[in-house]
Amino acid sequence: MNTKVNLAGVILNNPVMTASGTFGSGAEYSDFVDLNRLGAVVTKGVANIPWKGNPTPRIAETYGGMLNAIGLQNPGIDVFVERDIPFLKKYDTKIIVNVCGKTTEDYCEVVERLADEKVDLLEINISCPNVKEGGIAFGQNPNSIEQITKEMKKRAKQPIIMKLSPNVTDITEMAKAAEAGGADVLSLINTLTGMKIDVNKRAFALANKTGGLSGPAIKPIAVRMVYQVANAVKLPIIGMGGIQNAEDALEFIMAGATAVSVGTANFYNPYATIEVVEGIEEYLKKNHIDNIQNLIGCVK
Amino acid sequence: MSNSKKKTVLIQSMDALTDDVFSMWLKDEEIAANATPGQFVSLYCNEGSRLLPRPISICEIDKAVGAIRLVYRVVGKGTEEFSKMKKGDTIEVMGPLGNGFPLDNEGKKVILIGGGIGIPPMLELSKHLTGEKQVVLGYRDELFLEKEFESYGKVYISTEDGSVGTKGNVIDAIKENGLDAEVIYACGPTPMLRGIKAYAIEHGITAWLSLEEKMACGIGACLACVCKSKEVDHHTNVDNKRICKEGPVFNALEVEL
Repeated sequence: MNTKVNLAGVILNNPVMTASGTFGSGAEYSDFVDLNRLGAVVTKGVANIPWKGNPTPRIAETYGGMLNAIGLQNPGIDVFVERDIPFLKKYDTKIIVNVCGKTTEDYCEVVERLADEKVDLLEINISCPNVKEGGIAFGQNPNSIEQITKEMKKRAKQPIIMKLSPNVTDITEMAKAAEAGGADVLSLINTLTGMKIDVNKRAFALANKTGGLSGPAIKPIAVRMVYQVANAVKLPIIGMGGIQNAEDALEFIMAGATAVSVGTANFYNPYATIEVVEGIEEYLKKNHIDNIQNLIGCVK
Repeated sequence: MSNSKKKTVLIQSMDALTDDVFSMWLKDEEIAANATPGQFVSLYCNEGSRLLPRPISICEIDKAVGAIRLVYRVVGKGTEEFSKMKKGDTIEVMGPLGNGFPLDNEGKKVILIGGGIGIPPMLELSKHLTGEKQVVLGYRDELFLEKEFESYGKVYISTEDGSVGTKGNVIDAIKENGLDAEVIYACGPTPMLRGIKAYAIEHGITAWLSLEEKMACGIGACLACVCKSKEVDHHTNVDNKRICKEGPVFNALEVEL
């Protein structure tokens, strides 16, 4: 049984990875799961300098989902390089660093800083809805997506993943723009901008007023978008959005995703990633499928 | 691997202490063996639409029986679901989580302060401290757990409506009764903790405060439950500390409230 998948020349042992921001840099979850069993660990977004993030409350539960407005709190690239990369290097898993910034220059600085680090892929976050500058500002306009993708490709030594926002009218336009800019891989979807009001306090549930909706509630939207993008571009896709078990993951793969990320489910089930890995293996065995490649985009 | 695992445990009892405050004992030898006063557990709902664990402080630890007691207020649909569970049911739990109160107080004279649903963790703590213990409990109106503290120290009560004890808050009760101490331990709403911090600084008293904030993971990954710290934190590299991981108990001088 072959569960290996290929993302721009990087071969993952299996298609299951973590969604950025839901797994730290792996240390907290290494108490619960064997990181060697994951296809890749995608780190929480890192910027050129430390970011404090947003005021609290930063999260609110919604029906079958949650809103977050963490605001990309991160320790900055220096601490990340000294502490988090050496930690992840101890494991037989691929390392994908999620990169965030407020300006193009910020992104460039992080990508250049990582050029000589032993990380496998860079995921460029142009779709965070929770920061005023940067993030989603780059991700809702095809021209700016193409431009920033080109800038990243000029500087990066690793293959580049562009992470797309679902908060757009037509995600295939954004995907095509990233492809035109030279992206190697696409990941989708980031969270959907949402809002919750606490009627007892007559106030917003989040200090930031709005937050990114994630969790099982968004899965059908994410599967639809992966399917649309898979049929619009030639790039491999990392699918995510509400995956909590192997069946969910297989939906994304059959819609056209080469790999999948488990995100919010980590928060309520720290074993979720491993359960997805094992569930996919069981599915392949049960259905006598010897290579997971046969499932990628198999539903037309 | 850490001591914490997510597991299914048996509910030994479920009792209403007031209209909306409930007490339950959970049977688990491992959690009881590892728990210390001031730590919390994550409780998970059975209803699948409620994804996130509810962090609940540990009220009592019975290491001999291998059980922990949780006393919680019904504030939403998740805690309401817990309150309808019965003896013999099972519930998913992870813990113990976080860092509890420091117990090496060398017999110093202390005040333990609990405000509202911050009262329960002070009960287990009161059993572990040596030296003279004064217990100040602040309520809106209806009392709970107050009698259980009487074996461990002298109990002073404040109520917002003045129906029992001092009318006002816990600081009013401390002043009215002329209490003094070398160390304060407190858990309760942030405005109360802010007042206690100011009082402790003014009187040169060491204060340990247990904080709360909305959490997603409970294990330090999501960065939802941060508080402002005085210094740049070792882990986050900004002046934010994770309440679930570095806390929930902090020295008052470490945190900005």
